[in-house]
Amino acid sequence: MINRVFGRDSGSSKDIAKERLRLVLVHDRANVSPQFLEMLKNELIRVISEYMEIDDAAMDVNLTSAENSVALVASIPVRRMKRSVSARQ
Amino acid sequence: MGQAIVVTSGKGGVGKTTTTANLGTALAMAGSKVVLMDADIGLRNLDVVMGLENRIVYDLVDVVEGYCRLKQALIKDKRFESLYLLPAAQTKDKTAVSPDQMKALVEELAKEFDFVIIDSPAGIEQGFKNAIAGAEKAVIVTTPEVSAVRDADRIIGLLEAAQMAPPMLIINRIRPKMVKQGDMMDISDMIDILAIDLLGVVPDDESIVVSTNRGEPAVLSPSSKAGEAYRNIARRLQGEDVPLMSLDSDDGFFSKLKRIMGLGAK
Ligand SMILES: Nc1ncnc2c1ncn2[C@@H]1O[C@H](COP(=O)(O)OP(=O)(O)OP(=O)(O)O)[C@@H](O)[C@H]1O
Ligand SMILES: [Mg+2]
Repeated sequence: MINRVFGRDSGSSKDIAKERLRLVLVHDRANVSPQFLEMLKNELIRVISEYMEIDDAAMDVNLTSAENSVALVASIPVRRMKRSVSARQ
Repeated sequence: MGQAIVVTSGKGGVGKTTTTANLGTALAMAGSKVVLMDADIGLRNLDVVMGLENRIVYDLVDVVEGYCRLKQALIKDKRFESLYLLPAAQTKDKTAVSPDQMKALVEELAKEFDFVIIDSPAGIEQGFKNAIAGAEKAVIVTTPEVSAVRDADRIIGLLEAAQMAPPMLIINRIRPKMVKQGDMMDISDMIDILAIDLLGVVPDDESIVVSTNRGEPAVLSPSSKAGEAYRNIARRLQGEDVPLMSLDSDDGFFSKLKRIMGLGAK
């Protein structure tokens, strides 16, 4: 209660503003450049392909937001696992 | 060659025109040769804030369209010999000028002046593109609000895409009391989120309203806090290293005493 009066609890409007700003900018920055997710997707394909064979045409990578968090959600259909990854090491 | 600096924001009404007028006046006060260019075509305001609205004969569009020479359209400031205004047209719209024409105009002005300060319109459309076309540096103005900072972020991205040098930020209308209460984002919050260099912080100040009413930029008033902030920013643009001034709102005995004794952070 005292914290509330002095505006130091996490509910102070400054913290709310900061948090909302952070979340909105995650989306803005990802959407501003249409290549952003495309580039990320290609990088993912490159890395994951070292471990397994994936169906990159059916792959889906997106930012989703819940109440107060943003998540990168990827759905990547796996065709086949590689027998060994040791070749890379 | 002088420096061409565009003052821009994305969001409207955050203080671009106020900033342009005060920085220009402060730079001229400190001895620089300055021209202020109103790039807000169709909504000219800078002339009024500078108190020069009665002296306009020709405007920027007249120059571009060849109705007059550049020299004829430049209006000399009332107070400073080395300060000029190139007014925007009030009756035309933004499409009357192209980015290439703006660039040529700014280049011509930069030959004559130490600083060409360009007041950008709000938005990210053609008016914005015109305003940044000839500028080598950008100053972004924001207020401590989510929407204004968000738009500033968008502008930073667009300037990056236009391959301009990294812009600098002015945070306008800070209210120290509210920051202290935790009800306004503070300076470091905004700098962190935007990942940008800070050029200065200007308090929310009634003296801005008074000075705008009079057509006399606040930097002319020695007692104006906002004026002091703008004078400091001007010195930074001139290459001086000036610390941020203390914005503590309490005009208590100690801060007054410190100021009188010249010990206050300035
Ligand atoms: N530091 C301040 N303290 C108090 N009032 C301010 C301050 N800065 C700006 N204002 C006021 O805010 C209003 C908008 O300012 P200004 O016209 O400079 O904004 P702008 O960004 O140029 O707007 P636009 O996007 O319409 O061109 C004006 O009434 C001005 O007097
Ligand atoms: Mg304006």
